[in-house]
Amino acid sequence: MRLVDEFRDPTLARALAARIAREASPHRTYRIMEFCGGHTHAIFRHGLHDLLPPNVRYVHGPGCPVCVLPVARVDAAIELVERHGVILATYGDMMRVPGSDRRSLLAARAAGADVRMVGSTLDALQLARTNRDREVVFLAIGFETTTPPTAVAVRAAAAEELGNFTVFCNHVLTPPAMDRILEDSPDPEAPGVAIDAVLGPSHVSTIIGTTPYAGIAARHRRPVVITGFEPLDVMQATLMAIRQLNAGRHEVENQYTRVVTRDGNGKARALVADVLEVRPRFEWRGLGTLASSALQLRERYAAFDAERRFALTGSTAREVRGCACPEVLRGVTTPPECKLFGTVCTPDNPMGACMVSSEGACAAYWSYGRHRRAAEPTAREIA
Amino acid sequence: MSELLRRSASRLDLRHGRVEMAHGSGGRAMAQLVDELFLRHLDDPRLRARDDSARFAVGAGTMVMSTDSHVVSPLFFPGGDIGALAVNGTINDIAMSGARPLHLAAGFVLEEGLALADLERIVASMARASRAAGVPVIAGDTKVVERGKADGVFITTTGVGMVPPGVRICGDRARPGDAVLLSGSIGEHGIAVMSTRESLGFETEIRSDSAALHELVAAMVAVAPDIHCLRDPTRGGLATTLNELACQSGVGIRIRERDIALRDDVAAACELLGFDPLYVANEGKLVCICDASDAARVLDVMRASPLGIDATCIGAVVADPDCFVHMETAFGGARVVDWLAGDQLPRIC
Repeated sequence: MRLVDEFRDPTLARALAARIAREASPHRTYRIMEFCGGHTHAIFRHGLHDLLPPNVRYVHGPGCPVCVLPVARVDAAIELVERHGVILATYGDMMRVPGSDRRSLLAARAAGADVRMVGSTLDALQLARTNRDREVVFLAIGFETTTPPTAVAVRAAAAEELGNFTVFCNHVLTPPAMDRILEDSPDPEAPGVAIDAVLGPSHVSTIIGTTPYAGIAARHRRPVVITGFEPLDVMQATLMAIRQLNAGRHEVENQYTRVVTRDGNGKARALVADVLEVRPRFEWRGLGTLASSALQLRERYAAFDAERRFALTGSTAREVRGCACPEVLRGVTTPPECKLFGTVCTPDNPMGACMVSSEGACAAYWSYGRHRRAAEPTAREIA
Repeated sequence: MSELLRRSASRLDLRHGRVEMAHGSGGRAMAQLVDELFLRHLDDPRLRARDDSARFAVGAGTMVMSTDSHVVSPLFFPGGDIGALAVNGTINDIAMSGARPLHLAAGFVLEEGLALADLERIVASMARASRAAGVPVIAGDTKVVERGKADGVFITTTGVGMVPPGVRICGDRARPGDAVLLSGSIGEHGIAVMSTRESLGFETEIRSDSAALHELVAAMVAVAPDIHCLRDPTRGGLATTLNELACQSGVGIRIRERDIALRDDVAAACELLGFDPLYVANEGKLVCICDASDAARVLDVMRASPLGIDATCIGAVVADPDCFVHMETAFGGARVVDWLAGDQLPRIC
């Protein structure tokens, strides 16, 4: 595949690595958070760590949106399918996310629940069309990238008067999460934030543009570089972040100019705004409850809202105790420093957000980086 | 034609008929199914004898035996079907010990309602694969289960084979310094099957690589009887096979991504689905670990076969008590190639 090969050229990688080594000051560390799971994936899959000087480190961000879905919401999804007998349709990587007692949708399916994996919202709509005698719920999840297709599905269902189709909406917004991660801990005893710069979301930014990050960069005085998902993208953006830090700047820069514009995709945003509105608050696995950080269906589409159609008991399940996800996400702890890492919490049996998705910080660390665990300094040593 | 068949009221309707519970009941309907469908394709005197077991003579030496149950959805996919897979899969399991496969037995679990036309297509495909490989199916069994209690058809095949004298190929014989060879490009079977699944339907020309590898293995063993390990990287792909071999032998393995053949269209499909091709199934490839001094000779005979034409040396065995598989990435970095946690699932972003 030509398009991809060009962004994985080892010769260019060596040249960029040499430039990073030349420009990174040996007198300081550069702790750069890559926000998206796609970035983390690229870093580990292509072995980027090996190409950077030891004082340039990546801090893994919240990962893929399925891993930030809290236990209570997974429980609610399982309740929908087990107690209300619906056909629950969702994306593949959502299937493994654990709820209470480590039960996932995969486990529920094994126990007889009707859970279907779909590749798009159109597949979910089709399920509703071909199963008119059943309630079909689409478990909608994802950052801003996957939100427009959900809006399209709701509008199509409304136009077709597809009465057996609803959406269990779990769409979340990236800027509030980034804002929270960069916020210093209010506890003077607890460490603050060990992140110097952020590699900002790539595909999310194709929808929302670069402007939503301007306030964050200014408020927290940290550079934000919108970064593509290919390894050369990540390396180039790393160099851009290093240059900003060296110059004492903290601006929003766009490395991913081949796709991302300042204003994003206006049509997609208008579509989303028509169907969805901001929730007052939403709980994130690993980050706690954040104000204005998720979306729900507007009143005019209430008929297609699973939370309104079905009486859900509202699980009050709490996140697992001892999980260091909040600290891992803020960069003050590395995954192996969490006491659950590799013992109670593994990719086969994930507990916290960072282990749930294959591209969560802990899972990526486990699968691709285990060999360097012994050799790697802890977060505090880096700081 | 058997007496039973002549007495039955009418012939099986292979165009519109379906498997019924009676086809597994041991009565006339079952005899008719065996006669008109199974024996018509899998024609072998030992099957026709209708005894409870098949008889064959063996010479002195070491025999191997292997069994494999085949479940695949959909039953038909680009480049193959469950029938060919069931024959080639077990032949390959036998061949991975260096043995020459001799005979196969096949057990069928049929779901009530399966179209007889589909069953005939599957059995005809098994017969073709068996003839092409020169390994006959000499014993068989059929059961029918109620609709909903199976997925169309499950096929279990068992094979026996004879190991040539002096050959001892096992998963625990990899030694530091050994070469790791791969017979061709990876991921084709898994992606071909995936592309036809309802929930992921996409158009592609990728075909399953399903093939019997025993002739290739025979040629390899002929030039290098001391091959240490052979394994076909089926479920879990190349990554899983290398991890299995590393653990069994108590060694580490280092591979180079740039030496692992991968078709452009398979790479593209993997990118689209968020899959790592190292973990995608193959059905016509093998991994060979041998002494470095044998590597060139083995590679030559592999490349002389159409089934190993793209064979490469992908790395080497190293001493490592942790039994890690490391890969030098094409990008220039390094990573661990770990066991897979659960199935690979398509990623949403």
